Amino acid sequence: MAPTKTASQAKPRTASSQQSPVLTLWNAYNETTSTRLKTIDAFLVFLMLSGIIQFLYCILVTNFPFNAFLAGFSSCVGQFVLAASLRSQVNPANKNEFKEVSPERAFADFALGSIVLHFFVYNFLG
Amino acid sequence: MPLAYSLPSNLSPATVANTSSLLRIIALSLISGAAIASRLFAVINFESIIHEFDPWFNYRATKVLAEKGFYEFWNWFDPTAWYPLGRVVGGTIYPGLMATSGVIYNVLHALHLPVDIRNICVLLAPGFSALTAWSTYMFTKEMKDESAGLLAAAFIGIAPGYISRSVAGSYDNEAIAIFLLMFTFYCWIKALKTGSAFFGTLTALFYFYMVAAWGGYAFITNMIPLHALTLILMGRFSSRLYVAYSSWYAIGTLSSMQVPFVGFQPVRTSEHMAALGVFGLLQIVAFAGMVRTHVSSKQFQSILYSSVIVIGLVGALAFGGLTYKGWIAPWTGRFYSLWDTGYAKKYIPIIASVSEHQPTAWPSFFMDLQFLIFIFPAGVVLCFRELRDEHVFVIIYALVASYFAGVMVRLMLTLTPVVCVAAAVAFSSLLDTYLDPVEPAVSEAVVPSTEADSAAAASPASGSSLGTDAAAPATGKKAKKAAATESSASGLASGLIAALSPSDKSSKPRGIFGLDTRSLVIFNAFGMLLFFVLHCTYVTSSAYSSPSVVLASTNPDGSQHIIDDFREAYYWLRQNTPEDAVVMSWWDYGYQIAGMADRPTLVDNNTWNNTHIATVGKAMSSTEEVAYPILRKHDVEYVLVIFGGLIGYSGDDINKFLWMVRIAQGVWPDEIQEPNYFTPKGEYRIDDAAPATMKESLMYKMSYYRFAELFGGQQAVDRVRGQQVPKTGPTLDHLDEAFTSENWIVRIYQVKKEDPLGRDLKSANAFEQGKKRKKTKPLARRKAVV
Repeated sequence: MAPTKTASQAKPRTASSQQSPVLTLWNAYNETTSTRLKTIDAFLVFLMLSGIIQFLYCILVTNFPFNAFLAGFSSCVGQFVLAASLRSQVNPANKNEFKEVSPERAFADFALGSIVLHFFVYNFLG
Repeated sequence: MPLAYSLPSNLSPATVANTSSLLRIIALSLISGAAIASRLFAVINFESIIHEFDPWFNYRATKVLAEKGFYEFWNWFDPTAWYPLGRVVGGTIYPGLMATSGVIYNVLHALHLPVDIRNICVLLAPGFSALTAWSTYMFTKEMKDESAGLLAAAFIGIAPGYISRSVAGSYDNEAIAIFLLMFTFYCWIKALKTGSAFFGTLTALFYFYMVAAWGGYAFITNMIPLHALTLILMGRFSSRLYVAYSSWYAIGTLSSMQVPFVGFQPVRTSEHMAALGVFGLLQIVAFAGMVRTHVSSKQFQSILYSSVIVIGLVGALAFGGLTYKGWIAPWTGRFYSLWDTGYAKKYIPIIASVSEHQPTAWPSFFMDLQFLIFIFPAGVVLCFRELRDEHVFVIIYALVASYFAGVMVRLMLTLTPVVCVAAAVAFSSLLDTYLDPVEPAVSEAVVPSTEADSAAAASPASGSSLGTDAAAPATGKKAKKAAATESSASGLASGLIAALSPSDKSSKPRGIFGLDTRSLVIFNAFGMLLFFVLHCTYVTSSAYSSPSVVLASTNPDGSQHIIDDFREAYYWLRQNTPEDAVVMSWWDYGYQIAGMADRPTLVDNNTWNNTHIATVGKAMSSTEEVAYPILRKHDVEYVLVIFGGLIGYSGDDINKFLWMVRIAQGVWPDEIQEPNYFTPKGEYRIDDAAPATMKESLMYKMSYYRFAELFGGQQAVDRVRGQQVPKTGPTLDHLDEAFTSENWIVRIYQVKKEDPLGRDLKSANAFEQGKKRKKTKPLARRKAVV
């Protein structure tokens, strides 16, 4: 759980009000987030990109097998929100909100949700 | 602490807990038993038979599923419905009900219990009502506690508002849908409370089942987003809300699209867009929340909030634009008719013509819910006292469902569960308050202080129901001491008393004193429960247990007389007509003809093709000469009408006739006009004063054909309309009377073929009756022979 300080390309000086808000955010994120959460975040970014690409394809090229597009896109969206849920459940900052959900339980929920989701995705791909 | 009555003190907490859970299990099973038993009136009074109209189709489809398997059922094309169009059944139904019965059937047969599929269908609704009681118990338990849950389960188990759609034999989608509704809501509340994706997934799965089972799933589709949106607006956004809503929406929406009848609607129609919008909003809010944990500048926060608002606006605009461009279908007519009760009558008469789409009459609220309906607001108010997230849900549900129940009779069904829940919360608060033996500590606090009048003050206090008022003048100072030790248990009553008494008395001891007060209130409460049970049993047995396929009347000596005209006529059709003989009737009877007579029909209760129905309406409401070509073009061989004039059956075709006219007028406004069917005074008459259009219409002729003869020269009276029928009845040239049932309820006419000699049927008929033809047209006959 130790917050590993991954070296950001940014300079060693800490966030200050002179910096742009986005940079502040980036630095604060890098400093305070555990690797575990960062792994999930990487997964989230990947899913988001994948979803965006599918959406663009649908708009720009064709939406012809509409059910296939919906299946693929919902797979991304669904997996994204499930992973985001997992992220907020295992985030130590939210511990008092999820009293009944331990990190292990959260992962089991995530796995179950993903299985159900992909069962429907597979059925809908056609 | 003083007690009003003594409690056993030698019980360990574990014993109490175990005993109470055992009692709960026993109570729940008894409630289930009562719920099932009270729905069996129909089977006992009549027989194990499928009721009404839609259930006959469901039954027929289930038989196909049970006999031929799931794939055959899924791909079933029914050529006999909507002749000559046919109907793709697999893609135009909610298969949940049939699939449920099919699974039960197969399981029972795998266990070597050869139960007839009909009995499964008949008893499915009572069985699921037991499950509904259980899920209502679970739901209410989340609202208050187990005792409220048990009350709610008992209420929903026997409330006529729910029984009306779930008696044995009422094999309709609602039979399982209310269970699914309550269980989905329970899972949602649970998911929201714990923030568990597991319950979110479960919500989605039951939502899927619900989508597969009933068109009313749109209620859930909009209730949950409305709840989530309200919570966000109340500033109650939490990660738990995010987890619960996102997992439900992502899986639920995808799964709902697996049902062929729903198809792409969840991403294409406006009814489903609220859920999508809230989903997007939640993502933004959650992201903003995550960013906020990293950047703690207040200015930054405000920027984020404004950006949330901007994004919301952009989203709404995009939605409007998409609707405008036609990518998202606008609201459907059924939806508009929920807001404007006159809409359907103006634009879609076919929806307005269904009796269960009419606005609810006031008495039916009392009839369906009895005392629950006036306890209900108290329960909703009680939800405001704690106002946890789940209470917000009940409040919203109560508001929305009350409105909808006022708009449409059939939506009473969605109101009933929340009324039961809220009433149970209120009622159990009342019982909690008055069963709790703890008394306010006034006498104990006062007596040690050695005041002379304290005993005198305390004794009237324990005697009157609003004890504080009596005790107040004497025990001013001491009461303040007592208030410090006052128990917190006196919830509802103390609130009421505090509201009633002036503000300076708020520090005085409040609560319930003595046993007599308690017994009075509790006696009253149990009296209400008792009358509720009596009312429910009475209403269920007298009003809601009629199969409407079989009618019952009472003989002069009080015994029951069964009127079985419908089945008599349908079996006549089944046994005396060729298997492909097309039967025309008004659409109400389409499913019954298909189910019981097994003959093709022109239109049925799946009212998907308005033009086809209007065609039948036109044939019924025009003259024989106009109707005959329509009948011939549609290969109609038999025409079936329902006529109640002899026996006083008011749901007959003459009473429905104006709807046929209106629906036909919607398609052929030039040929059919509703005012022509009224007398110049605007009356709807069938006697001598009836307008010519009315008397010439096929429906009128078929209904009253030879009716006057039955009275043997005396004045014929139509017992439904209470009007005298003309002595010389109508004549029919293009139809032959084929069958009339015992009480004349069902009359079947055979459509004549074209005359073999090429004459028109009117003159051929006249010839057969021996009337002389006019000499002006002798040529036609000669030509025909050649």
